[in-house]
Amino acid sequence: MTEIGLGHYLTLGAVIFSIGVIGIFLNRKNIIVILMSIELILLAVNINLVSFSIFLGDLAGQVFTLFILTVAAAEAAIGLAIIVVYFRNSGTIRVEEIDKLKG
Amino acid sequence: MIAHSIFFYTFSLIAIISAIMVTASKNTVHSVFFLILDFISISCLFIMIGAEFLGMIMLIVYVGAVAVLFLFVVMMLNVAQQKNQWFASKNSSKHIPIGLIISTLIFVEIIIVIGGWKYKPEIFDINNSLSQSNVSNTHSLGQILYTDYIHVFQISGMILLVAMIGAIVLTFRQRAGVKRQSYIKQISRERVDGVEVLKVETNKGVRIDD
Repeated sequence: MTEIGLGHYLTLGAVIFSIGVIGIFLNRKNIIVILMSIELILLAVNINLVSFSIFLGDLAGQVFTLFILTVAAAEAAIGLAIIVVYFRNSGTIRVEEIDKLKG
Repeated sequence: MIAHSIFFYTFSLIAIISAIMVTASKNTVHSVFFLILDFISISCLFIMIGAEFLGMIMLIVYVGAVAVLFLFVVMMLNVAQQKNQWFASKNSSKHIPIGLIISTLIFVEIIIVIGGWKYKPEIFDINNSLSQSNVSNTHSLGQILYTDYIHVFQISGMILLVAMIGAIVLTFRQRAGVKRQSYIKQISRERVDGVEVLKVETNKGVRIDD
């Protein structure tokens, strides 16, 4: 086992980011799981920012992580509100059946 | 240092496995639970690496608010009962190779960037000046958050306000047949609207029409 350095944390962030992207593409279930995948992607970004901030000795990364947390919370609230309204109007949130913009 | 390695590998393994389970789990409620597990293990990593304040904020905001909001919506929409096959439908399986290719490309690109950074470490000047100072992480974060970044801080507050108003406006529903209190009507009520003085004649009585 080598010493845990910045590269390990960045690799962890890359893995979680890719899993989030896979989750967005492969998801055929309800749209809530897509929102969860977006949260995973934001989490990977947070890991990158915090590890750079710690290993480079600059606190600005942690401040920006705070703001990403804020934006993620706002995005989750708005997205879930939109999903609730859509479910109330159309009765489904399955990704395959949401095709009103297809024309 | 060996403890650091053990903790890092444990928590990151839990984080990666639960991230896979978030996307692969058939039940949406299980996905939310794995998302919570993911957030908790990542916040353990943050606390371990020295960003205690962010680790705690992750626990409070993500696990305490966002994940519970997800769980609430999943329970409310009652989507857990819908059987969600992953690879079942023929229509969906054509997305799988594209998704795998794109995410693998993204992963390889990030790894290339990390590798380039790792083998040319002199690009950045690494100094662990944060760990040498004897003020705590929260203290130093607060010192720059409320001075250098005060405008961004207030803008993020405005974003939260807009999100709150937007969520309320989106989900607010006016039901028919519900009696509501109208303050304007109550306040603007005059004496002549409510009380009428009548001259009552003997043996006639009063006819009230309302």
